[in-house]
Amino acid sequence: MKRQIPLAFCFLFGIAMIFTQFSPHSYSQAVYKEVIDWGLIISPFAMVLAVVTLIQTHVTRINLRTEHWQYSLIVFVGMIVMVLIGVPFGPQNSIVEWLYNNVQVPMDASMFSLLAFFIASAAFRAFRARSFEAFLLLATAMIVMIGNVPVGDLVWNKVMSWMPWTDGASWLRQWILDVLNNAARRGIILGVSLGVISQSIRIILGIERSYLGGGD
Amino acid sequence: MLEKIMNMDRRVIFILVALVVIFPTLVPVRMPITVSEPTRNLYDFIEALPSGSTIMIAFDYGPSSLAEPEPMAKAVMQHCFSKGIKIIGMTLLPNTPTLAHKLMRKIAAENNAVYGEDYVFLGYRPGTLQVILGMGTDISSVFETDYENKTVDEIPMMENITNYDQIDLLLDLASGSTTETWIIYANTRYGLKIAAGVTAVIIAQMYPYLQTGQLIGLMPGYLGAAEYEKLLNAPGDGTIGLNTATYAHLLIIGLVILGNIAFFIQRRREG
Repeated sequence: MKRQIPLAFCFLFGIAMIFTQFSPHSYSQAVYKEVIDWGLIISPFAMVLAVVTLIQTHVTRINLRTEHWQYSLIVFVGMIVMVLIGVPFGPQNSIVEWLYNNVQVPMDASMFSLLAFFIASAAFRAFRARSFEAFLLLATAMIVMIGNVPVGDLVWNKVMSWMPWTDGASWLRQWILDVLNNAARRGIILGVSLGVISQSIRIILGIERSYLGGGD
Repeated sequence: MLEKIMNMDRRVIFILVALVVIFPTLVPVRMPITVSEPTRNLYDFIEALPSGSTIMIAFDYGPSSLAEPEPMAKAVMQHCFSKGIKIIGMTLLPNTPTLAHKLMRKIAAENNAVYGEDYVFLGYRPGTLQVILGMGTDISSVFETDYENKTVDEIPMMENITNYDQIDLLLDLASGSTTETWIIYANTRYGLKIAAGVTAVIIAQMYPYLQTGQLIGLMPGYLGAAEYEKLLNAPGDGTIGLNTATYAHLLIIGLVILGNIAFFIQRRREG
């Protein structure tokens, strides 16, 4: 029963939602709207689950005194402060806004900014033309990078002024993105889409049951 | 010498990166910008909209990646307000409302736009797909109130706006996969016209949708913001950011070339 009821619901709603995509009838659209409204009501519970999981993870880390467990305490301090002020007074409360603008924004931005330093270091150490394929990748990356900034066209128009066309760096970048990149991306999109369709059919028909848990 | 170059301390590279980021920020050098077709298409589309039209801007980026999409948001909002185009703001990410609301308020104040008449910020609701699909039938069924707790049905500019049918364009400013979600659910299901402004790392993902016409325009990272600012003849944060990015790109290209020269010399010596 624990498995049969969810499987039956999944089949029923899966088939109903497919049907609503092809039927403009008012009954069909009313069902569609109703299910979307239910979805909107259910969605916030996913956030509750996320918070519970976060608490469980960090409580375990503190209890077991795993490496850097002290940072888990900071997670709780941050969460409790934001909940205590944010829930009763709302997101537009001046203290919540101050904490967001002066703590979260600079910390998030700093974390992301560090990427530039590591990318530069990694590019120097790892981006080597060890084979013909690696050379092709390297050359393409160089062209896209140089075409992505105005200095590419500036250099092209000065150094390659004898060529019949101008702004060659950005043109080459655009061509790589429009032609080579598109061909590869489209293949990936088609593959992923076919996979999603087949997986959806398996879930609706109850063949794929891993989402129910239990490992089968 | 060769060994030294090959095993350069990464702290040296970090210092070089810091210098090429700080220096151009302090001493800006204006470089000529070539406007790409996807950015021009977006500009032309908005330019062709009559006064009183409505566009929706989805602020789907977080504080970690705001450096690139924020200049785009500023440029587009400035363009819209100058043409009398109304803006509905919203976000699919829970940590963005404060950021987006503050930005909308700032740009609106600079352009004498009035909240509730020229623009509105709906905020965030959980459930990405349900929010996108729900707004297709009735925006107020998803957002009963806006971010400032005003009932959406009572906001003057929302009087004649029920769903996507009354919205001329959705601009998704994204640092993740939200643009594809908007395309799949809002464009395919409801025929909503979509454009995007995305961070440089996900530009390549967007090109198939440009070719199919599912995206009517695209601003790629700092470059897109700078291009849009050029079209508006109002250089701003995008142009400054592109300036910095130029030097950082040149440094990385230089380091890769240096690393490869050292690699090939060493390989030749080793026979």
